[in-house]
Amino acid sequence: MSTFSLAVRDSSTMLRRNLLHARRYPSLTLNLLLTPIMLLLLFVYVFGDTMSAGIGGGAPDRSAYIAYVVPGLLLMTIGSTTIGTAVSVCNDMTEGIIARFRTMAIHRPSVLIGHVVGSVLQCVVSVVLVGAVAVAIGFRSHGAGPLEWLAAFGLLVLFATALTWIAVGMGLISPNAEAASNNAVPLILLPLLSSAFVPLDAMPGWFRPVAEYQPFTPAIETLRGLLLGTEIGHDGWLALAWCLGLTVLGYFWATSKFDADPK
Amino acid sequence: MPRPAISVHGLRKSYGDRTVLDGVDLTVPEGTVFSLLGPNGAGKTTVVKILSTLISADPDSGPVHIGGHDLGTEAQAIRGAIGVTGQFSAVDGLITGTENMLLMADLHHLGKREGRAVAAELLERFDLADVADKPAATYSGGMKRRLDIAMTLVGSPRIIFLDEPTTGLDPRSRHTMWQIIRELVTGGVTVFLTTQYLEEADELADRIAVLHHGTIAAEGTAEELKRLVPGGHVRLRFTDPAAYRAAVTALGEGTRDDESLSLRLPSDGSQRELRSLLDWLDSAGVEADELTVHTPDLDDVFLALTDGTRVPHQSKETAR
Repeated sequence: MSTFSLAVRDSSTMLRRNLLHARRYPSLTLNLLLTPIMLLLLFVYVFGDTMSAGIGGGAPDRSAYIAYVVPGLLLMTIGSTTIGTAVSVCNDMTEGIIARFRTMAIHRPSVLIGHVVGSVLQCVVSVVLVGAVAVAIGFRSHGAGPLEWLAAFGLLVLFATALTWIAVGMGLISPNAEAASNNAVPLILLPLLSSAFVPLDAMPGWFRPVAEYQPFTPAIETLRGLLLGTEIGHDGWLALAWCLGLTVLGYFWATSKFDADPK
Repeated sequence: MPRPAISVHGLRKSYGDRTVLDGVDLTVPEGTVFSLLGPNGAGKTTVVKILSTLISADPDSGPVHIGGHDLGTEAQAIRGAIGVTGQFSAVDGLITGTENMLLMADLHHLGKREGRAVAAELLERFDLADVADKPAATYSGGMKRRLDIAMTLVGSPRIIFLDEPTTGLDPRSRHTMWQIIRELVTGGVTVFLTTQYLEEADELADRIAVLHHGTIAAEGTAEELKRLVPGGHVRLRFTDPAAYRAAVTALGEGTRDDESLSLRLPSDGSQRELRSLLDWLDSAGVEADELTVHTPDLDDVFLALTDGTRVPHQSKETAR
């Protein structure tokens, strides 16, 4: 069997294992969904009027704020889901079965690839669920055709892949589940420091570059552009660069950690 | 001479300043059971972890070959030849016994039909068919161990590493495990076994090595090892202190134990020697309340090799 087909076959076996886990024990995934949904309802119904008045400079308009906040929350959903990935990778590494995998003639990274693909699928499902809640409370896209929707989907998948590889690395360096979930906190903190809830111009000048160039803001602005027809500009390329960069970095980081002697 | 299944020369491993293995040499012929004995912390598990490609040896280690493959350069080929059951359960607790078995079948690239057949057959053989559809986390220790070994056997490995396979098992499960190991060896499989139970090594192993302070303190068959230590003796026990004192005076030799009122006389346990001993006791007018014959066992060997002070052993007594 060629290396590639071995990789595909073993990775899909590992994916089946992870999906079986997720299907049988869905509580972790569902818990992680609560954060973005709560934030969505909180920002729309509690802060919505104030935020829209502050941003628009005019009368409170909650429906305008729904449109503004949803793209950011969809990406935040991905960040939140990947915390679960860090925890489950960390838990998995303490299981004896991983030691067994290491002593078998299988494609070695397949253990991690199974986690990554499983986690990306979970991200997609989570994003769809949060998106459904958003639509239910009044979110509508503006001028998004099939191409824009496809591009939006592609962006979400790429972004999920990038964050997942980073989360897998975080899971691998964490000694236990608590540490894994602490180490992964930036994945849910970063969107709070992005243009998810307020536009960059509303931030203090010294902070603006930080918010502007971190991975979430370009992705959020791109998604906004695709779904709402706002200006994307250089954010599209920035988002793509972040996704690819983090994926490559995360892949090499995680696989080198996995290849190192276990403790 | 057939190619050895496992050959190890000058195996070294240290963690910082702490040397765990300080030049271990081993040779295991194909189709035999080799048992590595040693006290807790002697490095038995480290040896298994290195030989099963889980962790790497130190760079200044000598050559290691498993199934003819070099450990340093052909780890993946070694992985294709071996099966490992570590000290800690290597089953996926979240999924069922059958799912664990099918996972192994998939990873060994068996066809769907073949995988199902192998899984079902092994679950049956290891007496797990009844619980095959329950999550492995709900299994008892013995069941997990059996599932663990069953998973190891899915790929029909030619060399199997078992790290303390019976630790924590009840006597019945232990005997089942021994039976399984014997069957494997009958089928030509090489078994590398670590254990703390000397009885287990005595029962199963063709050759035994005692690991102590990171090196092999002794190696040979159980019989060869037992010959290394003088341990055979006859013990005379008295209930009456006066009779005990009289016997001590009359015999004038042997090791006294005033507390338990017993005397130990060296003996190889042969019929001839016992008869002359009994004649001598009769002529000296010694009437012991209990006479027991002790032959040296692996406990004696183990204690002699791993500890300076000899402790009188308790097992393998034959009360007369």
